[in-house]
Amino acid sequence: MTDDVAIEIRDLEVTFDVERGESNVVRNVDLDVYREETLGIVGESGSGKSMVALSLLDAIPEPGGASGEVIYHPENGDPVSVLDLDPEALRRFRWEQIAMVFQGAMTSFNPVMSIREHFRETLQDHGYDVPAGMERGTGILEQLYLDPDRVFESYPHELSGGMRQRALIALSLILEPEVLILDEPTAALDLLMQRSIINLLREIQATFELTLVFITHDLPLLTKIADRMAVMYAFDFVEIAGTQELLHHSGHPYTRALLSTTPDLTTPPEEIQTIEGTKPDPVEYISGCSYHPRCPMADEQCRATEPGLMDVRANHEASCHYHADVPDEITIRNRPRGVIDE
Amino acid sequence: MSEPLLSMDGVTVEFNSSGGTLDLLSNEQPVRAVDDVSLDVGENDVVALIGESGCGKSTLGKAAIGSQRPTSGSVSYRGQDVWDARKDRGAVRIPFEEIRRSLQIIHQDPGSALNPNQRVLTSLMLPLKKWQPELGYEEREERILTLLEHVGMSPPEDFVNRYPHQLSGGEQQRVVLVRALLLNPDMILADEAISALDVSLRVEMMDIMLDLQSVFDTSFLFISHDLSNARYIAQQAGGRIAVMYLGEIVEIGPVEEILENPQHPYTKVLKWATPELYEEREEDVPIREIDVPDPTNPPAGCRFHTRCPNAREACRESHPEPYAVGPDHDSQCFRSDESHEYWESEPLHD
Repeated sequence: MTDDVAIEIRDLEVTFDVERGESNVVRNVDLDVYREETLGIVGESGSGKSMVALSLLDAIPEPGGASGEVIYHPENGDPVSVLDLDPEALRRFRWEQIAMVFQGAMTSFNPVMSIREHFRETLQDHGYDVPAGMERGTGILEQLYLDPDRVFESYPHELSGGMRQRALIALSLILEPEVLILDEPTAALDLLMQRSIINLLREIQATFELTLVFITHDLPLLTKIADRMAVMYAFDFVEIAGTQELLHHSGHPYTRALLSTTPDLTTPPEEIQTIEGTKPDPVEYISGCSYHPRCPMADEQCRATEPGLMDVRANHEASCHYHADVPDEITIRNRPRGVIDE
Repeated sequence: MSEPLLSMDGVTVEFNSSGGTLDLLSNEQPVRAVDDVSLDVGENDVVALIGESGCGKSTLGKAAIGSQRPTSGSVSYRGQDVWDARKDRGAVRIPFEEIRRSLQIIHQDPGSALNPNQRVLTSLMLPLKKWQPELGYEEREERILTLLEHVGMSPPEDFVNRYPHQLSGGEQQRVVLVRALLLNPDMILADEAISALDVSLRVEMMDIMLDLQSVFDTSFLFISHDLSNARYIAQQAGGRIAVMYLGEIVEIGPVEEILENPQHPYTKVLKWATPELYEEREEDVPIREIDVPDPTNPPAGCRFHTRCPNAREACRESHPEPYAVGPDHDSQCFRSDESHEYWESEPLHD
C-alpha cells in the first residue's frame, strides 16, 4: 500500500425522487482510496454504502443521480472525472479500469451462456486479444482453486454458489482492471466459503497489484481483509481509520456499538449488546449529528451542530464532537482485556 | 430427560438428484440428503444445527416438523409417530392437526412468508381463527397486540395496519415469529431465520427468541451456517450444537464442549472459519479442498476425508461410527479411538 491516491471522492451526493420527497441516500461524502490498499466500507443495509460503490462507476440506477466529483487516477495516464464520462468512454472505463462484483453471481451471469462464452464476449466487446485473454482467464480460475476446463464448460446454474462467485471474480479481472469493487461478494455463501474467498482475494490482490474496495455489513469478516475501514452511518462516513486502529481506538459511539453487537465464539453472550433505536430515514433530515437520536452521549451540541470528520489520532478521523471522551465512556464489549492501550 | 418432545430415529431422506420430475428418463442415483440421523429435542430445549449449504440441515429440519417424509427411519412427537398420524395408520394418539400446530417453522425470507396484500393484523388473525375459533375478535386482536409489543414492535396499533412492504426485514421476521407463536407451538424450526438480517440486528432477533423460549417454554431447532450465532442462542438456553456434513451429524454436544473441546476436524474447520474481531489473521485455509464434494456422489469411507486436514488411508477405506467423547458429546471420527488402525495408516496427500 502506498499513499498514492487511486480514487478521490469529493462532495458526493446521491438522491432519488420518491413520493414522499427527495431521498438523499449519500450525503456530501469525501473519501480517498489509496492505490493497492484494501479499503473496507461497512454499514447496515440502507446506510448508503452500495450507492457510494455504484457512484464510482457512475452506475446509480434511474431515477437516482450522483453529483459531486469522483476522480480516478490511473497508475499511468491522466486523471479521469468519472461522473463526466460520455456513454462510450464509460462503457470502456467500467471493467477495464474499475471492475465490480456483486452479491448474487447468479444474477450477474446470463443463465443461457456458458462461463466460457461470458469470458469470450467480454474480451471481444472491449476489443481485447481473445486467445491471450482466455489464457489469462485460465490462470485466474486456477488461482481461485477452480478447474478451468470444467468451469468454462459449465452454465452458471451448474456451479455451486461458491464456485459461481469465484468464477465471477475471475471474470471481473479478465480485462486487467486496476481497481476491483466488491459489494457483499460473499453474503449468500457459507462462512467457510466466505473465509476461503477472503484468503483467495488477498492472494489475488498481491498477484495483480489490485486496489480493492470491499463493501459489507459484516464487520468481523471485513477485519480479515481490510487494511483500512470506513464506517458508514446515515448516508455518510462517520469514522475512517486503519483496521487495527479502528478495532482498538475507535472514537465514534456508533462504531463502538457495532463492535459490541457482534456475536463471536469468545465473548460471554450476556456482554453482547444491541444498538437501541431505529435506522435513519433517507427522506428525513436529522439536525446536528445524524447518530444523536441513538447515541447515549448525545447532548445539546450534538442535536444542534453537525460534527463532520475530525482528526482523532494519526490517520484516523471520526465525526463526533466527543471523540476524545468516547473511549472512556463507551466500552467495546468484545475487546479482550489487557491489550495494548497506548 | 424424560420422553423427548421430538425424536428422530435413523432418519434417511433421499431425493432424485435432479430434484424434480423432468429427469424421469435418466437413471441417476438418488441423493441421500440425510443419512441415518438420530436426534432428540426435549421440552424447552434448544438445538443448533450447523453446516454448509447442501449438508442436509434444512431437509433434516423439515423431516423434524413432519413436512418432509423420511425415506426410512421414524419421527415421533411425544411418542406418536408423525407419519402414522398423518396417514391415519394404527392407533393414533395425537392427531396430525395437533402435531402440525405444535411444530412451527420460520424461514430465512420473511417477505415471502407473508401475503403482500394483507395487513399484518389480517395475516395474524388467520391462524388464531383456525386454531382457536372459540376466541372472539377482540380477544384475538388483544392477543396479537400483546405479542407484537412483546417482540418490540411498539406501538403495536401502528404496526398491525401496515402491509409487509412497509416493514423492515427485521420487523417482517418478528411478524412471522409472532404468527408462529400465536399457535402456542412446542417447537419452532428456525431455518436460517436471521441470516438475511444485518449482523447488527441478529443479536436482537436471537434475544427475542431466547426471551420467548423462557416465557413460553418453546423449544427451538435453530438452523444456521454460522457457528457464532448457533453458539449465542444455544449457550444461553443451555442447549446443544449439532454439526452436519453431507447428510450426517458428525459431532454433537453441549455448546461449551463443541467450542472448547471440539473433536471432529470439520468442527475445528468451522471454528476457524468464524471470524473473530480480535485475533490474528491465519494465512492458510485448513482444508485440502475448498469446495464440498458433489452430494450425488459422496466420498466413500469418511465423507470428510477429501477435505480433512487430518485424513489418512483408513479414512478413505471405512466409515466411522459416532464415538462417545464426553457426556452427551459424540464425534464421528477415528481420531476419537486411540486404538484405531487410523493411527498406523499413511496420511493422505494431494
